[in-house]
Amino acid sequence: MEIIIGKYNYWIYISLMMIGFYAMIAKKNLVKKIVGMNIFQTAIILFFISTAYKKDATIPILVKSQEVINPAQYINPLPHVLMLTAIVVMVSTFGVALAIIMMLYKQYKTLDEDEIIEILKKKK
Amino acid sequence: MKVFALIIVIMTGGALVYSTLDMPDWGDPNSPASLHISPRYIEKTIEETATPNAVTSVLADYRGYDTLGETTVIFTAAVVCILLLRRIEDDKTL
Amino acid sequence: MIRLYNDLIIQTVCRIMIPLIQLFAFYVIAHGHYSPGGGFQGGCILGASFILMLIAYDINWIKRRFSENKNVILIALGVFIYALVGLLCILLGKEYLNYSAFQKLIPIDIARVRALGTLIIEIGVGITVMAVMVSIFLNLTTFGKHEKGEV
Repeated sequence: MEIIIGKYNYWIYISLMMIGFYAMIAKKNLVKKIVGMNIFQTAIILFFISTAYKKDATIPILVKSQEVINPAQYINPLPHVLMLTAIVVMVSTFGVALAIIMMLYKQYKTLDEDEIIEILKKKK
Repeated sequence: MKVFALIIVIMTGGALVYSTLDMPDWGDPNSPASLHISPRYIEKTIEETATPNAVTSVLADYRGYDTLGETTVIFTAAVVCILLLRRIEDDKTL
Repeated sequence: MIRLYNDLIIQTVCRIMIPLIQLFAFYVIAHGHYSPGGGFQGGCILGASFILMLIAYDINWIKRRFSENKNVILIALGVFIYALVGLLCILLGKEYLNYSAFQKLIPIDIARVRALGTLIIEIGVGITVMAVMVSIFLNLTTFGKHEKGEV
């Protein structure tokens, strides 16, 4: 019981991550693969944010009038910073991936992985 | 093929769940992540940077070089999108 | 591929909402020191307001006013502001991106100088993020097609 209460958040992120992982390796449609990659990245972001959390702590915006600052009172700002940058990288990789997929669709008129490989084999 | 993928996914998930047994509990104030460097950031942010929001001061001041690389990454993404898709045409069919 | 879609309700609501969204975006960028916010978030909200405009109105008309060339200049301008601030710090005798070097130019408290440097680079990041969002959206929706008058 102690283990379940302490670790259940990690298990939620692991199940989310595995949904994304399955979409990346089992789906044939390229757009579905990209959506799986996004779910995977979201799971990692949630994991990092949850490591920043401390019990009975508040957001890392300090009260200016406070004389002595107790670090246990504020949650850890470092994972928030790292994930803020990771979200932007996620958006830019998504944009570039969609651009590449659009060019692939223009070239082969399909988004299915196997059909693209078939067309490539016929060309040889 | 799909069954094979499912087996791989379940095995990876099982390994990850097993590894969480060594992780610190959720909301533990004494976890290693919140003991090493973040107390210094929280204690010194008003004194050194006059910024009550610790996230902003770490993002732009203490780790500004990281954010510069970040900005360059999204700059590169926009340039790649333009290079891949852009073309100039005469016809008016958009 | 994209057809003109004139809807009075949508266009009127957008006309009212877009200035408010942009005002809120500037608030998020400028107030990032004291509340949740900063360059990335404010830039995303600002970009979203432009994307709303592109959805609601005629995309070709907007593109003639907010052209690709100007957008690329904005993308580069944000990164340029950021790198220039770092370079100025070297020229003033401190390390790269150590904003306390600006104390030689603006003689106030060292913590206040660092907050000022943070604000400048947040503005640079905001400009870049806004222009990148609009640029990626435009290129993906119009397939990167440009007529000769638009570029």
